[in-house]
Amino acid sequence: MAFVQNFPFISILLSLFAGPVSSVLNGKWAKRLNLFIITVIGVMSAAVLRFVLGTGQEYVYTMGHFPAPWGNEIRVGILEAVMALFFCMIMFLCVIGGALERELEIEESKQNLYYIMVNLLLCSLLALIYTNDLFTAYVFVEINTISACGLIMIKQTGRTFEAAVRYMIMSLLGSGLLLLGLCFLYSLTGHLLMSNIKEQATLLYASGEYHIPLLVSICLMSVGIAIKSALYPFHTWLPDAYGYSTLSSAAILSALVSKGYIFLLVKIFYRVIGFDIIRESKVINVLFVFGVAGMIMGSVNAIRENNINRMIAYSSVAQIGYIYMGFGLGTTSGIIASIYHIVSHAATKSLLFVAASGITDASAKSNNFFDLTGAGYRNKLAGIAFTAGSLSMVGFPMFSGFISKLLFAQAAMENRHKIMITMIALAISVILNAVYFMKTVIRIYTPEKKTVVIDKGFEEIGFWEQPSKSAALVCFIALNVFLGLFSEPVIGLIEKGLAMFS
Amino acid sequence: MSRKIPEQEYQKTLSFRLKQWFDGTKDPFVDTVEMKPQKEAGRDENIDWKRKREKRQRIERIYDLAHNWEIRSFNGFYRIFSGVFCLFLVAMLLIAVSYLPSYGHPENPANNEVAKRYIESGLDETGAVNIVTGMILDYRAFDTLGESHVLFIATCTVLILLRKDSSRSAGAGSAAGNGTEKDIEESDRAYEPKNDVILQTAARVLVPPIIIFGIYVILGGHLGPGGGFSGGAIIGAGLILYLNAFGFQKTERFFTSRTYKVLSVCALGCYCLAKSYSFYTGANHIESVIPLGTPGAILSSGLILLLNICVGIVVAGTMYTFYVMFRKGGY
Repeated sequence: MAFVQNFPFISILLSLFAGPVSSVLNGKWAKRLNLFIITVIGVMSAAVLRFVLGTGQEYVYTMGHFPAPWGNEIRVGILEAVMALFFCMIMFLCVIGGALERELEIEESKQNLYYIMVNLLLCSLLALIYTNDLFTAYVFVEINTISACGLIMIKQTGRTFEAAVRYMIMSLLGSGLLLLGLCFLYSLTGHLLMSNIKEQATLLYASGEYHIPLLVSICLMSVGIAIKSALYPFHTWLPDAYGYSTLSSAAILSALVSKGYIFLLVKIFYRVIGFDIIRESKVINVLFVFGVAGMIMGSVNAIRENNINRMIAYSSVAQIGYIYMGFGLGTTSGIIASIYHIVSHAATKSLLFVAASGITDASAKSNNFFDLTGAGYRNKLAGIAFTAGSLSMVGFPMFSGFISKLLFAQAAMENRHKIMITMIALAISVILNAVYFMKTVIRIYTPEKKTVVIDKGFEEIGFWEQPSKSAALVCFIALNVFLGLFSEPVIGLIEKGLAMFS
Repeated sequence: MSRKIPEQEYQKTLSFRLKQWFDGTKDPFVDTVEMKPQKEAGRDENIDWKRKREKRQRIERIYDLAHNWEIRSFNGFYRIFSGVFCLFLVAMLLIAVSYLPSYGHPENPANNEVAKRYIESGLDETGAVNIVTGMILDYRAFDTLGESHVLFIATCTVLILLRKDSSRSAGAGSAAGNGTEKDIEESDRAYEPKNDVILQTAARVLVPPIIIFGIYVILGGHLGPGGGFSGGAIIGAGLILYLNAFGFQKTERFFTSRTYKVLSVCALGCYCLAKSYSFYTGANHIESVIPLGTPGAILSSGLILLLNICVGIVVAGTMYTFYVMFRKGGY
């Protein structure tokens, strides 16, 4: 076994261990450790990706001396390595982008607790990506939930406490449903290992035995994950949680936490149940309907919002709707489009959150939409970044959002029954996206009267005043343009990875 | 023939005091127990009024219920729909459960080769007499590693929420800082009798056996029923009883937040390292150097004893820290 093959296991253990170690460090050192760990894990993931591409084959890594159905194991393929690398990149940028806000908004003595949460969150995301065992996935879903809760409430205002309580209730409900579905599945198949469950489930489905419990367990797991990733009717926890928490938390939550769960759902579809059974079970039709509803209602809510952070948060509801709509198409190309959208949305939404904070910094920290007039001139980089992010969200060519919308439209062509609804929903959603994003862009580039600027104490912010945030913004824009211009290799990787899945 | 003893000497004997207590002439607890009556958990009218005003404001100004037909109709819809939905969910789950394989049937899918190997060769492969311990700490140790970090991160989240840090009040001025610290100490004791003799005597008798029993449960986890999670919970309960009887001054001599941090880092680090070793050797097909020992001996079953101790420390610390945070917000 090549030494590179140990890297997934080392990266999980490293981030897991960094959590307790951060608790004895002070805030500054905990931050350095955190950034170091994320970088190391990113490099290791890249190495793993290179290795897997070289051999062209997935491999299984036994966690301990006992082979799979008895012990634990993790499974590494192209898609897993791509996701791990990408999540590390986004997390690194989010952590450095929100450094200033964290120092202001979090008590000095609680700074290190923040990095415990970030480290363990990264660990749980990695474990969700790599695991080949449903129960291990559940254990790390727990860690993910608790650490996300901590990330929301560490700002310690009334709003964030309320948001955290709401998030916890909804998220625990989701975990409960997921666990219930898992129990059903275990008593039907007698396995927790994904590949073994799939074998058994295929047999069960072919023989028609236990048809109803199998269907119910698929429903429970899908709904549980849908609640945790804020699919439309279950999205009520989202705007407060993203809108009021500290900047890096909002960016990490919107870009990574919900995406980790969605990736788990892809795994359940492909590796646990088998996509053919999922397609025939009609569960995806329900997801399709809610996804389409989310695409439209999320944007409608965003248009009515006057707080820019909450507006961006509501736009997440719409984008999650896109992803579930892709699942609902029931074709492999639909899933590929969804996974590409996971990547593109993660890159764009974190960019938008960081850019929005730059804009509000130039408007005396006011989140109010009308105070942002002319902010694009006062903080030039943030203005450009926000414009780039908005164009990507709307689906302007050259940016990542365009590619994902194109992929959705192409995927819809393969499904004769849903093509009309998908196309209409895409069109309406794009127009609604354009309404609120372009409205904001026009607002930040409308010159404000000099007297008002002086009155309200708005300041100009140059490139070098907030170096870490500027660096993060530049990287985010570059990532977005890269995903928009050179999407072929990324889509190729996703295709190859998905082919390994089934 | 009985000897007559002087009055003064008689008053010192146990039988005289017993007689006094029996007659009710003197209460043995007077002057020895602090007899401050417990304060009623009073309601501050000011706060009450404020809360009512806030509630009214929320209804009138923020939600504007009188004119907001959207929220009103949503509230009505929500009430009906939630009831209907709950009934639907309950019915659906009950129907689904009725189709599941019957409970305890030997032909069930869950009774397959996985369970068979655990039962048949669990003792030989892990060296643990208690198969359950062998399963959670050797066969599926990765899950348990995650689970112990769940406890750790739960404590950290509680620390974020409840820990009162002196840094804020100290920044406002050292006098104010002292005042708040004193307030915290006093409000902690306001609703409880101080130095209760009954509680203290009982605790003095009970706490050592409880903690020793907890240690026994942890150490014997691979030999019989028990293990890190249950043993740690017992030790945590013992610590909480001790804290209730003797107060923070006594417990802080040996258990502060620093102790907790160091203990949990050491325990989790130990767990991580030990398991990393066995994961690494297992995956790379290297023979592990850790002997399994004779099953049934205390020093047997490889790493399981060490892992049980680590888990026990984490669980005990977590329970105690939860209690302290909810009670006082710092230690």
